[in-house]
Amino acid sequence: MSDSEKKKPNRRDFIVTATTAAGAVGVGAVVWPLVDQMNPDASVKALASTEVDISAVEPGQSITVLWRGKPVFIKRRTQDEIDSARAVDLSELKHPEKDEDRAKNPEWLVMLGVCTHLGCVPLNDKGDYGAWFCPCHGSHYDTSGRIRKGPAPTNMEVPKYEFVNSNTIKIG
Amino acid sequence: MSDHEYTPKSKVGKWFNDRLPLLTLANHLTDYPTPKNLNYWWTFGGILTFCLITQIITGIVLGMHYVAHADLAFQSVEHIMRDVNYGWLIRYVHANGASMFFLAVYIHIFRSLYYGSYKSPREVIWIIGMLIYFLMMATAFMGYVLPWGQMSFWGATVITNLFSAIPLVGESITNWLWGGYSVDNPTLTRFFSLHYLFPFLILGLVVLHIWALHVPGNNNPIGIDIKKPSKDTVPFHPYIVIKDAFALLIFLLIFAFFVFFSPNILGHADNYIEANPLVTPAHIVPEWYLLPFYAILRSVPDKLLGVIAMFAAIFVLVILPWLDTSKVRSTVFRPIYKQFYWFLVADVLILGYVGAMPAEGLYLLIARVATAYYFAHFLIILPFLGMKEKTTPLPLSITEPVLGGSADMAMAKNNLDFKEKL
Repeated sequence: MSDSEKKKPNRRDFIVTATTAAGAVGVGAVVWPLVDQMNPDASVKALASTEVDISAVEPGQSITVLWRGKPVFIKRRTQDEIDSARAVDLSELKHPEKDEDRAKNPEWLVMLGVCTHLGCVPLNDKGDYGAWFCPCHGSHYDTSGRIRKGPAPTNMEVPKYEFVNSNTIKIG
Repeated sequence: MSDHEYTPKSKVGKWFNDRLPLLTLANHLTDYPTPKNLNYWWTFGGILTFCLITQIITGIVLGMHYVAHADLAFQSVEHIMRDVNYGWLIRYVHANGASMFFLAVYIHIFRSLYYGSYKSPREVIWIIGMLIYFLMMATAFMGYVLPWGQMSFWGATVITNLFSAIPLVGESITNWLWGGYSVDNPTLTRFFSLHYLFPFLILGLVVLHIWALHVPGNNNPIGIDIKKPSKDTVPFHPYIVIKDAFALLIFLLIFAFFVFFSPNILGHADNYIEANPLVTPAHIVPEWYLLPFYAILRSVPDKLLGVIAMFAAIFVLVILPWLDTSKVRSTVFRPIYKQFYWFLVADVLILGYVGAMPAEGLYLLIARVATAYYFAHFLIILPFLGMKEKTTPLPLSITEPVLGGSADMAMAKNNLDFKEKL
């Protein structure tokens, strides 16, 4: 048998390839539902956005609301806090982000109240920067929620949100 | 069966196999000599293994989303159906999978009855099989209670009340089963726990079932012992593996038809109404696979005797190897038993039918006659027939009818003579 004859696929090769391909598609179609059932379901996705009334929040006050099972800090910052956040040189930051990018409306800081180290909830008005401090492993955040000291790798996350009107924020 | 020593080729394989002989086991399962005349009725063992694994996998998934609480169970099942990704598919596979499991197990049992697979030396395989069957019924019943619909609740009430028929301690036993004075939350949570446990007991029994099978080896359609392993058998792999896989695919077509085109046809609409302890549905029926036993229960006009008759209908199967006195295994060589076999099949189907009908009038009369015949078959016909029946001659070996084209004794002998001349 010459080389060219050897390489030419015969009918059996075709059947084996076709069967294997069809079998792989079948196995995939069976396995995917079993995997996907553990993803967030429709009832969880339905709760993906939350509207918050902020009319009662005074300057300097912070409220915590639940969104997707996690706390969201909504802080109405004082002018001093805004100024100190905006005065920081970006080169000092572990995770450089401008305060202008984190708080579009400088008076309102909205962020996930979850420490980026291992997921604890930081305490308000604590720590070396007079803002947030995580008691679990000692991460210090500034008045813009940026990591300044401690093991956390990144700033606290700013979720997608918008002002529905001057008194209401829609998170998510 | 295969007693030859097996040595793995690789060094690592040998090192491991000396410590845990899994490779020897794999080799045994691959080479396992199987009678070469097995027909498609022998593929249901593999199909049943598939059914069990399917039920366990889909069941574990459902357990991630189901809430075993009287106030939340019904809602959590609707949550699975509407919210959970592919929850509808997984639940329908599990619910219809139970029916497919029983369909396969009934074929498997009736195959054994036809070819005498329960007879010596395979009595232990048969008894383990009956234990599996009994656990399957208990598991299926408890699983049916979990959605906490009307049929769940009232089915659970009726079945647990069977035990109240026991004299003196009946009431204490039912209260113990319920964890209260009626079917309620404690009943639901313990049923969930046991419904999760039992499939793993079944899995363990399946291992014993197969182990016990591999000691004498498979029975076969002719029902005679293997004379020359080299001539009468083929290795399990690839011959039986491919045959089983093909049969499984056909079985899956039927399975998929139910799941995708009529997922609720085997259930009851009443079970989509949440359990209400104040109202019983007009017509309580168990799932189709329990109907023959339900018919036997209702055909006896006494509470205790009805329960005894129902359990006896299962127990009589357990002692079947000693009720059937015929030494000839396969029905192929038992012309009279062959007719009674089909009478029994018809009898069980009739019992199933009248079990689904109201227990009154003609249905009740038919149920009583069919129940009487069911017991007569096992307790009277089988013992006497085995002693009286004139069986047709058995072939000398599996190979004779396969190669000779006939199970006829004379033909087999001629063939033998012919070969001897050669």
